[in-house]
Amino acid sequence: MSNKVYGLLAKFDTPAAIMKAAEKVRDAGYKKWDVITPFPIHGMDGAMGLRRSRVPRFTLVAGSAGFTIGMLMIAYMNKWDYPLIVGGKPFFSPMFAFPVSYELTILLSAFGTIIGMFLLNCLPMHYHPVLKYDDIHEGTDDQFFLVIETTDPEFNATETNKLLAEVGSLEIRELEE
Amino acid sequence: MAETTKSPAILKEVDPVVLPRPDLVENNRSFSWITNKICGIIEEKTPTWWWVCFCVAGFLASFTVIGIVYLVAAGVGVWGLANPISWGWAIVNFVFWIGIGHAGTLISAILCLLKQKWRTSINRAAEAMTIFAVVCAGIFPVFHVGRVWFAWWLFPLPNANAIWPNFRSPLLWDVFAVSTYATVSVLFWYVGLIPDLATVRDRAKTKIRKVLYGIFAMGWRGSNRHWSNYEMAYLILAGLSTPLVLSVHTIVSFDFAVALIPGWHTTIFPPYFVAGAIFSGFGMVLTLMLPLRAIYKLDDLITQYHIDCMGKIVLATGSIVGYAYAMEFFIAWYGANPFETFAFVNRAFGPFAWAYWIMIFCNVVSPQLFWFKKIRHNTTLVWVISIFVNIGMWFERFVITVTSLARDFLPSSWGYFSPTVVDIFTYAGTFGVFSVLFLLFIRFLPLMAMAEIKAVSPAADPHHHH
Repeated sequence: MSNKVYGLLAKFDTPAAIMKAAEKVRDAGYKKWDVITPFPIHGMDGAMGLRRSRVPRFTLVAGSAGFTIGMLMIAYMNKWDYPLIVGGKPFFSPMFAFPVSYELTILLSAFGTIIGMFLLNCLPMHYHPVLKYDDIHEGTDDQFFLVIETTDPEFNATETNKLLAEVGSLEIRELEE
Repeated sequence: MAETTKSPAILKEVDPVVLPRPDLVENNRSFSWITNKICGIIEEKTPTWWWVCFCVAGFLASFTVIGIVYLVAAGVGVWGLANPISWGWAIVNFVFWIGIGHAGTLISAILCLLKQKWRTSINRAAEAMTIFAVVCAGIFPVFHVGRVWFAWWLFPLPNANAIWPNFRSPLLWDVFAVSTYATVSVLFWYVGLIPDLATVRDRAKTKIRKVLYGIFAMGWRGSNRHWSNYEMAYLILAGLSTPLVLSVHTIVSFDFAVALIPGWHTTIFPPYFVAGAIFSGFGMVLTLMLPLRAIYKLDDLITQYHIDCMGKIVLATGSIVGYAYAMEFFIAWYGANPFETFAFVNRAFGPFAWAYWIMIFCNVVSPQLFWFKKIRHNTTLVWVISIFVNIGMWFERFVITVTSLARDFLPSSWGYFSPTVVDIFTYAGTFGVFSVLFLLFIRFLPLMAMAEIKAVSPAADPHHHH
């Protein structure tokens, strides 16, 4: 087993501390790094310099598909394939097709949103180097971690270590691949 | 004029009074206290009361099973449905349970969009309630179709008759609305659970817990790059669920409103049904959460402020419902349609007047007590009123469904509805079904959204210094 180093992990114990640290790491120009928190911290996306999430694109595509499928399905079924005579009503009208198409819009949008979220997050992913760290369970409880990967172009074992120490981490560890 | 160039009587800047916001987590509890408290509930040894409740609920649920088996074996005639009352308890129970579910979505979705942070400690349980209520609701229409093995004809699937469903029927819209509602509610609930399942996984002591919670946690590790997408997805789901929940009960009300029966054929039905649904759902949330709060000593998480908020929503929606009852009467008189007028006078003073006045008392009168702070602060009384709300809302659906059908256009076909034993057993049993599911939920899944509660607790603010 080659003990390749995945990255450096630093531990913090308050949201304010990790927030400040994230701002410093962002300003130092790192790209491949991450913050692990037990809950979403308000303003952390900005502190990390993350772009707006791309999940809505999935929602839009899926939702449009849902509405179109609904309308086309109803037209095909009640007008074209088997025209159903009911009370002298038209075989197809967007009015009566609307409620069902509307529900399908929401149904497919919901699936699109969730699938999009999973795809963008590369989940499910039951193995990750970070999970090897013994105290990582604190990251879903009450501690906050910052991880900088070795593959980051800015990464330099001593420099990065120094940066993490400067931003006030409680503990710094090397993570194995 | 004098040269008094006084500045006009407008303030340069408005400095509003900053009112203190109540803390959503009391006693300055730490993050790990929240984790321990909520995970502790599912990690401790199964308490005796749980087993007692589970056995009672399971016994009660067997009533539904027996009732349904008998119905399938003998036919729908075993229910008290007869001309002219062809829609009896089945639709009443269906609408009742669907309505219960709506508060869950309201709390998780609409309050999320409105940034009502107090939702966080009740939303998980309320969403669970939604899903289980929809399960109970689904039983009735599915078995009402009679030959239940053909229930799949409700969906547009190719069948041997080469015929498709009639998309002009509100009943078919209802199929889509309710099944979409059930699916989206489950998805929303599950997405909310993922970070908490990860917490439970990380604390698991046994292999089997680690594996099972681990699989469902999807390998969540709390990465902020994930949180970013997750929060966006959650927000969108909230945005999708809001029009969904409004549309579901609107479409449920179309089942009635699109028909020509006096007392049903009114345009007020959609908003009135939605308000009633939220009203009944909050009643049920209080009925469920107050005992849980007492049993598990969750007073720091479900604070008096939460109960106040819920009481006020019950009061508001109860008043909307009361207004809708009054407005129905007004329009029946103002519309000058003799059939419509008769339908409403008959509701209040006809053979089902007893049901009508129970409804008025429970839905309109009893929630008015929530105007008083003293009553909102008396947990026992709040719980009792929440039971009244549940009863009242069942009677509302009974009154709407049965009174209009029992006094049709044609006096020769008038009738009186009485439920059969099978009706009563099947309905009573659904409370058992609901309780079994809810008990399993509090035993195996985190009862409250830990990550969300942590995020709204005073310590989570990055500008908070200690």
